[in-house]
Amino acid sequence: MAEKIATRAAYGKALVELADQEPDLVVLDADLSGSTMTKDFSKAHPDRFFNMGIAEGNMVGVAAGLAACGKKPFVNSFAMFSAGRAWEQVRNSVAYPGLNVKVIGSHGGLSVGEDGATHQCIEDLAIMRAIPNMTVLCPCDGNEMRAAVKALLAYDGPAYMRLGRLAVETVTDTLEGYEFQIGKGVLVREGTDVTVVAVGMNVQMALKAAEILEEEGISVRVIDMHTIKPLDEEIILAAARETGCIVTTEEGNVIGGLGSAVAEYLSTACPVPVIRHGVYDEFGRSGAAQKVLDAYAINAEGIAEKVREAIVIKNALSL
Amino acid sequence: MKTDMKTLEVVAAKGRLLGLDMVYDCASGHLGGSFSAMDALTVLYFDVMNVDPQDPANPDRDRFVLSKGHCTPALYPILAQRGFFPQEDLKLFRSIDGHMSGHAEMNHVKGVDMSTGSLGQGISAAVGMALAGKMDKKDYRVYSILGDGEIEEGQVWEAFMAAAKYDLDNLCAVIDVNGLQIDGKTADVMPTEPLDKKMKAFGWNVIPVDGHDLAALSAAFEQAKTVSGKPTVLLAKTVKGKGVSFMENDAGWHGKAPNAEQYEKARAELVAALAEKEGK
Repeated sequence: MAEKIATRAAYGKALVELADQEPDLVVLDADLSGSTMTKDFSKAHPDRFFNMGIAEGNMVGVAAGLAACGKKPFVNSFAMFSAGRAWEQVRNSVAYPGLNVKVIGSHGGLSVGEDGATHQCIEDLAIMRAIPNMTVLCPCDGNEMRAAVKALLAYDGPAYMRLGRLAVETVTDTLEGYEFQIGKGVLVREGTDVTVVAVGMNVQMALKAAEILEEEGISVRVIDMHTIKPLDEEIILAAARETGCIVTTEEGNVIGGLGSAVAEYLSTACPVPVIRHGVYDEFGRSGAAQKVLDAYAINAEGIAEKVREAIVIKNALSL
Repeated sequence: MKTDMKTLEVVAAKGRLLGLDMVYDCASGHLGGSFSAMDALTVLYFDVMNVDPQDPANPDRDRFVLSKGHCTPALYPILAQRGFFPQEDLKLFRSIDGHMSGHAEMNHVKGVDMSTGSLGQGISAAVGMALAGKMDKKDYRVYSILGDGEIEEGQVWEAFMAAAKYDLDNLCAVIDVNGLQIDGKTADVMPTEPLDKKMKAFGWNVIPVDGHDLAALSAAFEQAKTVSGKPTVLLAKTVKGKGVSFMENDAGWHGKAPNAEQYEKARAELVAALAEKEGK
């Protein structure tokens, strides 16, 4: 059975693993190091770890100052607070001056679960994407997360990366020729009738949906779009041309995130039906993570349903 | 670089004249807070800070962050006089034809160490720079000027706490206490006093100083260098609009450009002040 690990756990491990070869790497947290998984780094490298207290705005600004002096800071909190509360600091102190700060948002999306709507950030991908000069990532599994941390350390510029709370199955380790590159989507399943463009753990959901649909005679291509910005236009254009319709899926509001990015691009490049699957502009609520996801149809069946809708529209248009 | 008091007075007086021209030429900008901070900036760049206009990115240089980032009509004239860029560039202030942006900008204006403008954020960056200096065991110092209205932003107090936590004695902040902000008196809009008690309670070394007394400012910055284990703040008592009689202590001149008549009057006052300092 494939490895199951939360992307936040893989992230925490990667920081520790890469610390020795990256002497300028510094890690900042806002009193959540046990949850964001930076605790191991804090123990291994106390001289390069700064707990800034429950003060995310200042944490981002301090990181900007560190970056201006040549450090490679990673700032950590829940997505709600690093992307949400500190949005303006990220915009004005990091992205505008183009400083090399990596903003990390763990516990993104509804899968925060029990803590409820105040902590379930469903807007981070949208609001980070809206900032000029920002790179936005959300890897789907532990294998991809390790590669993403490495890539972020090699990339000199502002970026945001979402981490997930739940343990998820590793799917990218068995892909032939898999290579992580910022801005390059990954074809994880070939298909001809429809393409599902997924991000984060929705990639695993999309793969399950593809299996369900295969039994119904629908051939589904699945793309892991770990980079929401810059968007891999090439892989999307090919998918639109070759499969004729697209379903996007994300653990976030359908306004502004991955779905919007794909629809914006295809609206002029190759206008095919694009169905956006995600949270339909409402707040989350408390509950066990999987039950919350199911309540909002953020699961394989929810994706499969949208795929069936997309096929109906595609067929209607081709009549 | 140590500079004699007479030269400092000339630089500050000329800085106000250049700042006035910048704002008048583009018909926008912030003179009130720029003129209250001009003297502290003069002392920093001409007397206190270790900077080299020929090598503005030297990793060992002292850093300055204009946390009250709108006061470019003070910062840019001082940087120009210090030799970071030609004074002619000031004519492009706020112009689409240049990069002399309205608020301090590090990527296009030589000598600017941090882009600022959104209040409350610069001091955090200054804390980060001081922290980097400590990590790398470097001797450089970090300076930052904040407005007394700006410190209403909660982030400023987050930064003050962090600076004390990490014993950043290489950090020296200046609060430009001119008592006014856009909507009126700071005491009415949102009282920030007693600042000395608050700063002491936050773990800072506090030095009250007359923000227009160049010798006193110089002495205060020197005193701050001798303090170990905690950051220092200069509480600089200042006059908003200092140097132009009808702008002084008038919140209306926070972010307004003078009309032609006001400009001529202000210019005459500043030209006379400069001539007096130059001993003409």
